[in-house]
Amino acid sequence: MLHALVLLPLLGALSAWIIPDNRLRPIVLPVVATIHGILTALLLGNAPLPSPDGWIWLDPLGKIVLLCISMLFAVCAFYAVGYLSYRQERSNRVLCVGLLVCLSAMSMVTMTQHLGLLWVAVETTTVSMAPLIYFNRNARSIEATWKYLLLCSVGIGLALLGLLFLAYSTYVADHHATLLLGPLMASARDLNPAWLHAATIFLLVGYGTKMGLAPLHAWKPDAYGEAPGLVGALLAGGLVNCAFLSILRVYQICLASGTEIRFFQQGLLVMGLISMAFAAVFMARQADFKRMLAYSSVEHVGILAIGLGLGKGALYGALFHMLNNGLTKGVLFLSSGNIHRSYSNKTTGVVRGALTRLPWSGGIFLAGFIAITGSPPFSPFISEFTIVSSAFIEGRYLVGALFLLFLVIVFIGMALTVLPMVMGTPPADIEPSDYEDRLLTVGPPLFMLMVILMFGIWPPVFLVSLLKDGAAMLGVQP
Amino acid sequence: MNLFADQLLVLVMLINLVMLGTSRLIFSIRAVAVQGVILGILPGLIHPFSTHLATITAVIILAKGVAIPYLINEAVRKAHIRREVEPFIGYVPTLLLGAVFTALSFVFAEQLPLAPEHKDLLFVPASIATLLTGFLLLTTRRKAISQVIGYLVMENGIFLFGLLLSEAMPFMVEAGALLDLLVGIFVMGIVINQISREFSSIDTSRLSALKEE
Amino acid sequence: MTDIIIHCAVALLFPPLLLGVIGKTKAVFAGRVGAPYFQPYYDLIKLFRKGSVFSDTTTWVFRAGPVVTLSAILIAVLLIPLGRHAAPLSFSGDLVLFTYLFGLSRFFTTIAALDTGSSFEGMGAAREVTFSCLAEPTLFFALITLARLSKSLSLSTILTHATSATWFASGASMLLLVAALFITLLAENSRIPFDDPNTHLELTMIHEVMVLDHSGPAFGMILYGAALKLFVLGAVFINVALPVSTGIALADWVIFIAGMLVLAVVIGTVESVMARLRMVRIPQLLVGATILSAFAMMLVLR
Repeated sequence: MLHALVLLPLLGALSAWIIPDNRLRPIVLPVVATIHGILTALLLGNAPLPSPDGWIWLDPLGKIVLLCISMLFAVCAFYAVGYLSYRQERSNRVLCVGLLVCLSAMSMVTMTQHLGLLWVAVETTTVSMAPLIYFNRNARSIEATWKYLLLCSVGIGLALLGLLFLAYSTYVADHHATLLLGPLMASARDLNPAWLHAATIFLLVGYGTKMGLAPLHAWKPDAYGEAPGLVGALLAGGLVNCAFLSILRVYQICLASGTEIRFFQQGLLVMGLISMAFAAVFMARQADFKRMLAYSSVEHVGILAIGLGLGKGALYGALFHMLNNGLTKGVLFLSSGNIHRSYSNKTTGVVRGALTRLPWSGGIFLAGFIAITGSPPFSPFISEFTIVSSAFIEGRYLVGALFLLFLVIVFIGMALTVLPMVMGTPPADIEPSDYEDRLLTVGPPLFMLMVILMFGIWPPVFLVSLLKDGAAMLGVQP
Repeated sequence: MNLFADQLLVLVMLINLVMLGTSRLIFSIRAVAVQGVILGILPGLIHPFSTHLATITAVIILAKGVAIPYLINEAVRKAHIRREVEPFIGYVPTLLLGAVFTALSFVFAEQLPLAPEHKDLLFVPASIATLLTGFLLLTTRRKAISQVIGYLVMENGIFLFGLLLSEAMPFMVEAGALLDLLVGIFVMGIVINQISREFSSIDTSRLSALKEE
Repeated sequence: MTDIIIHCAVALLFPPLLLGVIGKTKAVFAGRVGAPYFQPYYDLIKLFRKGSVFSDTTTWVFRAGPVVTLSAILIAVLLIPLGRHAAPLSFSGDLVLFTYLFGLSRFFTTIAALDTGSSFEGMGAAREVTFSCLAEPTLFFALITLARLSKSLSLSTILTHATSATWFASGASMLLLVAALFITLLAENSRIPFDDPNTHLELTMIHEVMVLDHSGPAFGMILYGAALKLFVLGAVFINVALPVSTGIALADWVIFIAGMLVLAVVIGTVESVMARLRMVRIPQLLVGATILSAFAMMLVLR
């Protein structure tokens, strides 16, 4: 069944490639997404045992990411049908194929226990997303694609070097190199510390680039700003979580080694705080609302890194936040895509009064903004609260205080952009557009909004136990 | 056999310097192809023979020595580029920087706690030197195509280190990595083509529309 | 004793023949008959029989130039081992003296050129000094590498140490050295692709433009000095590149002289198939040679 998760999207990609009709082709997306979702639900209930060679195992950490990816992709797939019916002037073949290949690679990321294979899958997500950023085919989007492709490839290359260092540390220790997570963790205490240290640095920098942690986030605002809304949603909710899962794997090894974990956590904390600071600074007076969302993503990967850096109780928060951030980013990117379509512009100078022009999309965007800034009753509030409270419990007052300070600045900065955009009155001189809210473009983000609302008010039991299992894998006593 | 491997590694490092010094794109593409072929030959020299090894050699030579140079050549042909003009830093300074980096990588490799059987081999300094050369090319060249070559050189450097472990690396992973690299270069080639159509040039310093106001 | 006599005889009489061979090779490539092999000797004899003209504006520096240059190189000849035989003069650390003798000769050539006050000669001097700045490190790196390999600081040991065994043990660095030394050989002796000894346009000259004002025996000394310099550096190159030692004294001399003649043919071939480089490209090539020899040193030091 696990193999089906990887093969099914590839099959879908093949059929999307073959189908000649531009209107018919996007239908493949929701079909694949639905089956993928059902498979995921089944697998979350009773996951198969690890494969005998130890390569494939859907552990609780992988399950959380898989859940997030599958839900996000399903929502994006239904949205894509609605969105692409507006963009019939352009062939969507590459878009559909790219999305499905990326889904396949992302599923692979969640279930593999071999770090080399994990790397291959992460690199595949990077490459398969690149043509999608260029969907709008203009000078700005080509620039964004180039930056994304080159920076992420180089970053991922460094991560590969880190992996090789890791394998070499096992080779120096007992003359048998391996990159399987199980044996690595079992022998972590005997690994050569110098090579392990070098490996940690390179892996942090490499996957940190992919995740978009400051100061390695240079590609992020450009890529998110120029990509279509649904691609942005998958970048911010899918690829980021895949990179985060890779960092979690490194965290597991560092934890098992006993000595390396202190350094790794320090590094994560510093990068996390820098990311939040960067986001807070650049979010203020940001005229382009898609770039603003990109900086919001930088902020939230910062929160994830801080949660991981704090360890202990914050780990539960970090894992929960990974899910929440992915889904909330979906809400924001999809609704902002609608607004962008309607105004044919993405600067706040033109886009005003979205609530009167597009009541549904504007409303969802506003609600998404409230959710992402960590206001109750949405679920990001809970995860952020868990992280910050555990910071204070652990006596990390400085980290906790900075965390809160940055959150406040981000809230103010984001509100200054979002409120006039949504409320206000639409500018008089703007042309009317043929775009209007429809079920297929409004329903998916609305559905996702309901999900995070539910997670915030009444988190399902299975989810809580899953998150607890995940945190236990990261060394938290249940 | 190790002696011969060392000579080849010296050649790899010389190719790095050649690439830093030359202004002809076609020439540097050929140089990177030669580097790829050497990378393919090397594992056969340091590990005992096995079918696994033979396949790896064949795949690396095909991918790095034939397919990737072909893709880049196509991109160059389509975008009508002849040579790199005006890198950000001149050729002589980059050449000197490259030499300094090579020297530093020797010093650095000396400090590393290598396994005793790898102590005398040049793999680690060559790998670090190639990696740094790749970085140098990436940061000092204007043309998108030169940056791709820089990325390739960097990948070659990483691969060189991986060759020490090629027995341990499962074939699937190695092949997957190569395939990713291949597709990555393919996509980069397409993007370069689009850049040259959009800007009538592939000077990446023109890609500056996206920034904070 | 006989070796010392042969050494001096070969060193004093043989060098102009190298120029003759180079000239003949180029002529063959160009499809001409060319000047006879011994033409440089005739030229020298002719020049030494002529009288001298010295400009009124020059001082003793101008007259001293050719003399000092030639004598510096003559001393250098005594330091270098030829054909696997130890040099007449040899002590620990003589490689530094050897390189600085070249420096001394260059200094006097340039200062004599500057003494004339001619703008062309000043230009030539500036070029000569600039390029030699870039070429000198190459020679030093090469000698340090060889010194390290032979664990000695005396040229006689350093240059006769290289055998086929060293080539097998550290082939890569030896190969790099040979390439670097060949480039230096061409650069130091103002050959193509660095400088065209036969050019007739002062603006493109490097070495030739400096000696325009010399005439008669002074110019003869300069020509002879140039031939000697080519011979000395060629001998260094041959010692490294042709590590054959038969053990029979006479055979070694024959091999050495044959090697030198082949080298002259090679230089002639290079000059025939290449064009002179643009002035701006010259530093690039020289820096490249320096890097090659520095690289060789790094490999050996490791």
